[in-house]
Amino acid sequence: MKRLKAGWMMMVALCLVLAIALPAWAADVIKIGVIGPMNFVQGKGHWNGATMAAEEINAKGGVQVGQKKMMIELVKADSNEFLNITDATNAMERLMTQSKVDFVVGGFRTEAVMAMQDIAMDSKKIFIGCGAATDELCLRVAKDYNKYKYWFRGTPFNSTYLVRTSFIHMATVGAILKKTLDLPQIKIAVVAEKAMWTEGMIKASEANIPKMGMELVGIWQPSPVATDVTAELSAVQRSGAHIIFTIFSSSVGIPFARQAGELKIPAMQVGINVEAQKEGFWQATQGMGNYVFTTNTYARGVEYNDLTAPFVDTYIKKFGEVPTYNADTYAAIKYTLVPAIEKTGTLDSDKLVAFIENDVHMAPSGTVAYYKDEQGRPTHDLKWGPGFLTSLGVQWQDGQLKGVWPNQWKATPEAPEITYKGIVPVKIPPWVIEKYKK
Amino acid sequence: MILDIIISGLISGSVYALLATGFCLIFGVARIVNIAHTAFYMVAAYGIYFGTHKLGFHPLWCMIASVILITLFGLIAYKLFIDPIREHEAAVLICTIALAMAMQEIMLLLFTGDFLSVPSLIEGFFTIFGVKVFYQQLLTFGLVLLILAALRVLLMKTKLGLAIRSTAQDREVANLMGINESRAAMITMGITVGLAGLAGAVVVPLTILEPFMWMHPLIMMMAVVVLGGLGSLKGSFVGAYILGFAEALVVFLIPKGAFLKGSVALSVMILVLLIRPEGLFGVSFEEER
Repeated sequence: MKRLKAGWMMMVALCLVLAIALPAWAADVIKIGVIGPMNFVQGKGHWNGATMAAEEINAKGGVQVGQKKMMIELVKADSNEFLNITDATNAMERLMTQSKVDFVVGGFRTEAVMAMQDIAMDSKKIFIGCGAATDELCLRVAKDYNKYKYWFRGTPFNSTYLVRTSFIHMATVGAILKKTLDLPQIKIAVVAEKAMWTEGMIKASEANIPKMGMELVGIWQPSPVATDVTAELSAVQRSGAHIIFTIFSSSVGIPFARQAGELKIPAMQVGINVEAQKEGFWQATQGMGNYVFTTNTYARGVEYNDLTAPFVDTYIKKFGEVPTYNADTYAAIKYTLVPAIEKTGTLDSDKLVAFIENDVHMAPSGTVAYYKDEQGRPTHDLKWGPGFLTSLGVQWQDGQLKGVWPNQWKATPEAPEITYKGIVPVKIPPWVIEKYKK
Repeated sequence: MILDIIISGLISGSVYALLATGFCLIFGVARIVNIAHTAFYMVAAYGIYFGTHKLGFHPLWCMIASVILITLFGLIAYKLFIDPIREHEAAVLICTIALAMAMQEIMLLLFTGDFLSVPSLIEGFFTIFGVKVFYQQLLTFGLVLLILAALRVLLMKTKLGLAIRSTAQDREVANLMGINESRAAMITMGITVGLAGLAGAVVVPLTILEPFMWMHPLIMMMAVVVLGGLGSLKGSFVGAYILGFAEALVVFLIPKGAFLKGSVALSVMILVLLIRPEGLFGVSFEEER
């Protein structure tokens, strides 16, 4: 009986030793939470980018924090945000309270990211968003700096600039069509999924397309999850549009592209089609998504700077596909967080925020810097434009996603001309040429 | 524009009719509200994807194999999960919901949430009065007519059909007359799951493949069945085309409200039910089951 008692006491002592020693072991680790819809392409991109960054950093001995080296440990959190926003907030809560992460990267859907943002901010943890584009996420930083200063936009740049970039793409393709097919005036059909984020873009289209010298022939708003858009396509064809300005982030981008391609609707698709940014798009459309043009962050063989090719090539080698913009968790960890930690020598969120918001650094997708608003308040929103981030215009050309923009692009008449390495000319679908060539 | 509306309505209506026929039949015969009906359609579509993309077989063989396998799977699911609790309609309803959710989660685990697609059996399109129509859509339209004709022959001209109709009218009396009503229900389940698989084979090439793809068609299909009158095949057929035309009207007349096409179609259903609660053919055409 006495022996049994002694055994129990030893067990308790061992547990106490472990409980005391574990935080000491954990202290040599920087915990980064990676949150995203892990069963979907977006979440996979988040995770792949983050693991690549962690592996590269750990292989070089870890992160120099003051006098000691710390390794990066990633904590995967499935937000399931496409299906249930509560799952997303629960996942973020778990990261904060159970996993006790030091930083968080990821997030995709605006509605979920806004809720997750609040949780991370309450815990005073830096959260670098790698998916949602809504301006409001960064306007919160300016409006209530003390609460939201731990939020930074990692990718993509905000909706306002997404609209501007998409309009530039539309104007570029419009000019090409006008010149090649000798058209007197370009007609635009806007097809936008019914969602909160597209409302601003629709209003901007109504206001700007006529100003750009083009004719707006109609606006169609299918459901984001529509699986049959043949009726919409018939109506678009009847409208005589030369360009279909697409605004899609959901699954409707696939049936739309597939059915438009198969029906050979004589109009070029230009704009945002998030599904078309993915390698699986070609299979998903059975090759009918040929000539679809969308904004994107990366493309095979296209380089913004010296960091692009090593990232894209290694990613392709490792995961067999071109990184989506969600894989910029890589840049968030490797080029934003880690250099900030090493330069400040601390994991303290407040000190890091003060450093990061004034930092200008290179990343595989361009130069990262953050805006301040008109009143000089930090927004932690990404700077857009020549010399900073511009993204790419990409087009599916015979099974490959090619970079086609910027090609001799001038942001203003005085600005220098920009063409990234690896950019190729835009191709017009043969059935469009056949229909309009005189 | 009228022609566009007519053709678009006919095409969408055919897809809904194809899905609703099986659902309606199993309800009419066995009083089983099979919520998993469109989940079987989803699994069949994944089967075709697996066969064509992972095993490299011709789409036609994959479609045939998938329809056969899903039918067998449906029969096993019926025997294991539905038959033991058939007397309790609410339990059956919950059981089929659970079955559908299980299929969804298994597909999510096996194929993830990526959007996939399967090839068309007949690629390309033709133009009719200036409206472009996929051959695959034409195939769907033809198949709906064929299936309805075949079902009519089966129900009206065969011994099995007689057994099914007797069971649908009065299970107890059918039993007393020597009809194995449990077997009749099982055979009907096999036929309807096979129809769901067939719908997967012809409809899915027009759309995308993902583990949640069964939910939207389920809502539309239930709307069609309720609109037409629960259990009436003729009602489902007519209901499907009414909803198809309602959707086409919305897209062509209110382009900016195209996303409302599903809601408008469902509103039509509610409107009809307010005026005629039993649905279009619910009671008056009861004998058609």
